[in-house]
Amino acid sequence: MSNQTPLYDAHVALGARMVPFAGWMLPVHFGSQLDEHHAVRRCGGMFDVCHMRAVDVSGIGARALLRFVLANDVQKLRTPGKALYSCLLRDDGGVLDDLIVYYLAEDRFRLVVNAGTATKDIAWLQVQAEDFAVRIAPRADLGMIAVQGPAAREKVLSLLPESVRSSAAQLKPFSALAEAAWFVARTGYTGEDGFEVMLDHAALPAFWQQLLETGVQPCGLGARDTLRLEAGMNLYGQDMDEQVSPLSSGLTWTVDLRDPTRRFIGRDALEAEQVAGRSAQFVGLVLAGKGVLRQHQPLFAGDQPVGEVTSGGFAPTLQRSIALARIAPDAVAPLCVGIRNKRIPVTQVRPPFVRSGAVCIDLALR
Amino acid sequence: MSHVPDNLKFTTSHEWVQLADDGSVSVGITDHAQSLLGDLVFVELPEMGDDLAQGDECAVVESVKAASDVFAPVSGQVVGCNETLADAPEAINQDPYGDGWLFRLQLSDAAELGNLLDAAAYRVLCEQDEH
Repeated sequence: MSNQTPLYDAHVALGARMVPFAGWMLPVHFGSQLDEHHAVRRCGGMFDVCHMRAVDVSGIGARALLRFVLANDVQKLRTPGKALYSCLLRDDGGVLDDLIVYYLAEDRFRLVVNAGTATKDIAWLQVQAEDFAVRIAPRADLGMIAVQGPAAREKVLSLLPESVRSSAAQLKPFSALAEAAWFVARTGYTGEDGFEVMLDHAALPAFWQQLLETGVQPCGLGARDTLRLEAGMNLYGQDMDEQVSPLSSGLTWTVDLRDPTRRFIGRDALEAEQVAGRSAQFVGLVLAGKGVLRQHQPLFAGDQPVGEVTSGGFAPTLQRSIALARIAPDAVAPLCVGIRNKRIPVTQVRPPFVRSGAVCIDLALR
Repeated sequence: MSHVPDNLKFTTSHEWVQLADDGSVSVGITDHAQSLLGDLVFVELPEMGDDLAQGDECAVVESVKAASDVFAPVSGQVVGCNETLADAPEAINQDPYGDGWLFRLQLSDAAELGNLLDAAAYRVLCEQDEH
């Protein structure tokens, strides 16, 4: 039996097509996934992301624990409210999850982890926390709405209480504030500006309704996926999982090896992978011609299989198909993709494909 | 509730068939099918002149969500393809029984039409699908 978010009834009332996702019933679209995608790029859309789990890490050992369990270094977080994207690794360098960590105070950090991995993550953190003076508190009482798009911040600000509005208006990208009942973060998963707003479950339906009334387009998981793919953002479980390292998943930029004394979990394995030079290439692809790239389609250099698509789809902003793909360290373009019984050329590009409403790749390339 | 016209025949794999006076049939996917697939973005049609047997995979419709095979509802030769879908696959979402038709077949065995579902039977199938 799937869980329902506090917004379940609101989605059903809007006629959403509901699907099970990571143990939750969530809207895949409210009519047209394409319209929802465009609404976010052009104006503003909102997503029920109550399935994602906030986990508070508090106590004097909080920073030390996070420096030990995360591949990125929370030592970078010096200003309260600042956020950092990181992977949580196993000893062998495999990715347990990707997450955002918010620094709220010296003894208080908040993680936001994926729904499908939340139980595993929390158990893992609790085991690792035994040697640190910390408390791990999953916040099942909180839910989140992501409001994204060029008009998103303005719309959210208009609905915030006076006491929160001015500080929320001053938030820099990748920062958050926690004031009274409100947690407002200038983060997201679409490549657009916007806020992610966390509230107590009981307060969420009214806030969703207010957003609707200011003209924010409700959006489903479908648009969330095409938006993040255009933004070149990885999806856990597709683009990386426990079987691959961040170095083979386009996430080297999130691995901080600068402090040699920080022996975080998975570091030895990553260093060994680097020395051996066996990290896969993780690339963006654009399909030359018609068709749709999909997860697990094989890639070829000449006749040689060199890897596969990890996330693929139709990019509504670009009106063509794009993908993220993992290919062998030594694979060299030109590449082809196998779609059914055909081989179709693909062009390798550097993600993102779209950011802040603007196309970032050369569409003339073939 | 999706639309199921009374004058068409249907398959359990969600194709519809319309018989014309000249013994050819038009084929498409149903309103129920397009609604499950979501926004269509790409269509691969059979070649003119292809000889299809009932049940052959003969076309592919791809939505933002997934690729889905289309099966030949009856045996016959391909005598028409809806080329406008190359630039406007959304016609399948907007008008699945009209502008969104996929291809036409010259029937090789009219008796096969008897294997297909009528509208009432197809409605029952859709209702089961939705529960």
